Amino acid sequence: MKAPVSWIREYVDLPDGVSTEDLTARLTALGLKLEAIEKPADQITGPLVVGRVLTMDPEPQKNGKTINWCTVDVGDANGTGEPQGIVCGAHNFKPGDLIVAVLPGGVLPGNFEISARKTYGHLSAGMICSARELGLGEDHDGIIVLPEGAGEPGDSAFPVLGLDDEVIEFEINPDRAYALSLRGVAREAALAYDAPYRDPAERSVPEPNGAGYPVEIDDPAGCPVFVVRRVTGFDPTAASPDWMVRRITQAGMRPISLAVDVTNYVMLEIGRPIHGYDAAKLQGTIRVRRAHEGERMTTLDGAQRTLSVEDLVVTDDSGIIGLGGVMGGETTEMSATTTDILVEAAHWDATSMFRTGKRHKITSEAGKRNERGVDPVVTQAAADRVVELLTTYGGGTADAGVTVVGTPPRQAPITISYDLPARVTGMEIDAATTVTNLEAVGCVLVKEDSTVTATPPPWRPDLTDPFDLVEEVARIVGYDQVPSVLPREAAGRGLTREQRLRRRIGRTLAGAGCVEVISFPFVGEATFDALGLPADDVRRTTVRLANPLSSEEPSYTTTLLPGLLKAAARNIGRGAPGVALFETGTVAFPVDAGPAPIYGVDWRPSDAELAKLFEALPVQPLHLAVVLAGERERSGWWGEGRAAGWADAIALVRRLGAELGVTVEVAATQLMPWHPGRCAEVRIGEVLLGQAGELHPKVCQELGLPPRSAAVEIDLDQLMRLARDVVPGPEFSTYPVAKEDVALVVEDAVTAAAVEEALREGAGDLLESVRLFDVFTGAQVGEGHKSLAFALRFRAPDRTLTVEETAAARDAAVALAAERTGAVQR
Amino acid sequence: MSGPNTDYDPVEVTPLKAEEVEAARDAALAAIAAAADLAELKQVRIDHTGDRSPLALANREIGALPPQARKEAGQRIGQARGAVNQALGQRQAVLEDEHEERMLVEETVDVTLPTDRVATGARHPLTTGAELIADIFVAMGWEVAEGPVIEAEWLNFDALNLGPDHPARTMQDTFWTEPADNHLVLRTHTSPVQARTMLSRKPPIYVVCPGRVFRTDEYDATHSPVFHQVEGLAIDEGITMANLKGTLDHFAAQMFGEGINTRFRPSYFPFTEPSAEVDLVCFVCRGAGVLDGAPCRTCRGEGWIEWGGCGVVNPRVLAACGVDAERYTGFAFGMGIDRTLMFRHGIEDLRELFEGDVRFTTAFGTEL
Repeated sequence: MKAPVSWIREYVDLPDGVSTEDLTARLTALGLKLEAIEKPADQITGPLVVGRVLTMDPEPQKNGKTINWCTVDVGDANGTGEPQGIVCGAHNFKPGDLIVAVLPGGVLPGNFEISARKTYGHLSAGMICSARELGLGEDHDGIIVLPEGAGEPGDSAFPVLGLDDEVIEFEINPDRAYALSLRGVAREAALAYDAPYRDPAERSVPEPNGAGYPVEIDDPAGCPVFVVRRVTGFDPTAASPDWMVRRITQAGMRPISLAVDVTNYVMLEIGRPIHGYDAAKLQGTIRVRRAHEGERMTTLDGAQRTLSVEDLVVTDDSGIIGLGGVMGGETTEMSATTTDILVEAAHWDATSMFRTGKRHKITSEAGKRNERGVDPVVTQAAADRVVELLTTYGGGTADAGVTVVGTPPRQAPITISYDLPARVTGMEIDAATTVTNLEAVGCVLVKEDSTVTATPPPWRPDLTDPFDLVEEVARIVGYDQVPSVLPREAAGRGLTREQRLRRRIGRTLAGAGCVEVISFPFVGEATFDALGLPADDVRRTTVRLANPLSSEEPSYTTTLLPGLLKAAARNIGRGAPGVALFETGTVAFPVDAGPAPIYGVDWRPSDAELAKLFEALPVQPLHLAVVLAGERERSGWWGEGRAAGWADAIALVRRLGAELGVTVEVAATQLMPWHPGRCAEVRIGEVLLGQAGELHPKVCQELGLPPRSAAVEIDLDQLMRLARDVVPGPEFSTYPVAKEDVALVVEDAVTAAAVEEALREGAGDLLESVRLFDVFTGAQVGEGHKSLAFALRFRAPDRTLTVEETAAARDAAVALAAERTGAVQR
Repeated sequence: MSGPNTDYDPVEVTPLKAEEVEAARDAALAAIAAAADLAELKQVRIDHTGDRSPLALANREIGALPPQARKEAGQRIGQARGAVNQALGQRQAVLEDEHEERMLVEETVDVTLPTDRVATGARHPLTTGAELIADIFVAMGWEVAEGPVIEAEWLNFDALNLGPDHPARTMQDTFWTEPADNHLVLRTHTSPVQARTMLSRKPPIYVVCPGRVFRTDEYDATHSPVFHQVEGLAIDEGITMANLKGTLDHFAAQMFGEGINTRFRPSYFPFTEPSAEVDLVCFVCRGAGVLDGAPCRTCRGEGWIEWGGCGVVNPRVLAACGVDAERYTGFAFGMGIDRTLMFRHGIEDLRELFEGDVRFTTAFGTEL
């Protein structure tokens, strides 16, 4: 909402010397938030003067344009009193017209300095200005032609154009729809300074009578009041007065024609949207009803609209002539020849307006006000004001007939105790202040001993609840008066187990050299194609968005890898020799439990109802993904670096397991986007956590990652669920250790884990640890075989082991490995 | 070893002459002093204390002396050997010290060589920032509540007094899941977590809800379709707007430093009434609006920074969530974590948070 300060001051007597900055500060403190202050005068340096065109000679140019060589009377503003020679490219004026000229030395918005310069064979000493050049709007169809009498040649054009006026732009919250008018803004300004206020809607209006245009309302809930006035003999060529054009432009709207400008002006002034019909095109009684499903109409923007039973329409005998409160129809639209105007000022149900506007995707100044709630009482005043302006400037006469159908809805009274504002805000607000402030915002009060019943004013449909009144009282006292008091101490339970574990996991990964990233969770088919996921992969079944930002990525992701791999490739692309990244985040898998219910809001849904609601949500586990690309250890003076590989990925999962006190088991698996021979599934017992290993070469190539990049993706919820909470203190022996190394030859297909498990089990209780320290292949061990070297450590809790005991345990271990895996000791 | 010599006069035995012993001793001492390093000293030790050294030979002769002469000769030779051994020990220590000193000099390295064999990891500032905020509140006895990002429409809107026709629903450009009549959204704020908390617990409730939220904003330097919020909710007997102010002032001071407090401006949110916008004293210019003679860039010369929204919980929300609105009141607040970090750390472009460039993230380490 843009409000010129001069217009505000028309309705409120602000104290002398109040600056626009002070006014906006006080209005912001009341809840009208300042968006910007426009000061056109700050953008322009004079001389900017009124001039009269004396001569204009059209001169066609080689480039096809015709320019006008003009002489302009600028009085003494040029210091000589001689006519000023100016070249002008516009054609919307004639000799004798009053125009606005900027003379050499002047500066226009955008730091555009004006000087006398040679152009088109003349010395052009200045410029004849358009509205846009002066920052007064977008109108660039021609130069400004001032109405006769606007000023004398040589006068400063600043006051003539209203350039000295400042315009305040407010951000109006939905609950303060009344401030979408000068009437409302001025009311708040009066409140801010406790200054006298004149309500522009307060005017004597003619009594309703039966002589007006016939109107019937079929749906009084949707349209409680419908007022019609008529102006005949209107001159459609009459121009809007300069002051009206200026104010409409200042308020951010476009001047169109007198008839349209008047309706817009009154909307800005009083807040009530007005519609004007070409009365000559109307046929029979106007009727307001709900549309029939599928009915069609063409609105005055030329759009064909198919209506729903919820839309309110205005009809006459010809059919639908308007989408009530939202937009008029094409068939009865006012035109450049309209001489009879029917003025409609109607009150509409805000919810219907909101739904219709949303359904037909119509946003308009009228709709914006109607859907937020307009004062239902001012319809007659608004219509009367329109009639006044039309007849004053358009020369018509007002019909004696005044149609008023329906009655404005009443505001429900609200009862509060006098101390409610104090109890809710913690401010010192006594009963007298509560009463004064409620009256200041226009409430009508009935005072009892301990309670007060307030009927809100008709322009405040937002005031419905006791706490709404608290806000009104408090904002006038001033939010700066709210004391700062900490609440009583609560006995909190600290972070939850999962919250602490998540921090631990993040620190562990950072400690292992990984950098956390946060990426967007949106993916599409192409994302999965790049990962090589087969058509039936469960990860391709996604929660899809109805309104994605990009049609390429319409789904919420089922895997964290796409975002992470993209980030890795970005780092590599920016020159990183290697990168280790991790991300924790939710992924989503759809469930087929039907729609989530919508319950009422007057009381809490039952536990069963809530359970049904929770079941309808997609499954949203917390995942962890890691990508390791390029150098894992850098090259340097210490020697060669080392590229990341499958083992680094698996090592990270094991490290996390160790951090959380659980043993992670690993087995070969095959799953895209991993290398089929270098992918492990990681488990804790029977619970599958996810996968780790080297990425498929095709995936690395596709995504611009170095060969042999590795990745991990696991379900963090599962890992955290299985984390050990209380770890028992370990017991260990301090007797000497006995070490035995064994080298076992097995077939290639036998896994190290299988051999190790057999050794562990065969060695029995004396075994302290077993660790594979070498893998050897070559002629000595034979084709298709490998030699695995294990270091076994034995120790007894209560004695030093004898050589014989150790040898027996070792032999038992080897024997079981031989039996289980076919291992042969070298 | 030869047996005792009983045949000759002890005085006549040359090695046992006092002057001979002294000469041998002095020769040894001179050699010890002249030894330049441990190897030379080792040779001196062999030459002057070894089996074939004059003093060792003389010592061997003592047994051959007549008993009356043994005592004197023994004392003389013993003293000489003692002096030599002592000198040897001292010289050994000196030379060892010299040797070690030389070794340490020789082992000197260039400590400015790079040591970045394994790269440094880091956690994301949005993660550690959310933790910092959580810790400030946990220290006050609050708890941290969380919820799903894909949320039921009822919890994201209706339960929070945002009915289907509430104009505020158009203020929040929402991602809906398909089909739209499944009534699921990507949560537009973390407020549904507040609703879940009220639905599942009895007051008193003091929770903060940090998390990821979504709006259909275009992605630019100051907007993102994915961003992060922290909201707070307190429900207790006698909670007032003053408690809200106290809590936010404390939060601001913990987050940005002592003296950085907040101001309220009237505003509108469906889930709170009265509602307020929270501004923060600009922690760069400390409210002056001016820094080094120029308008402060962080607050654009205003002295205040818009921080978030807050208010007294609307009793309608309490009713929908099963809280006795006669007995309890509450307050709620919310602000962007991304935005908070942007001005706390002077981050100019929001997109830096989501690009995953390690140069950005590692600058913040593992804690904020």
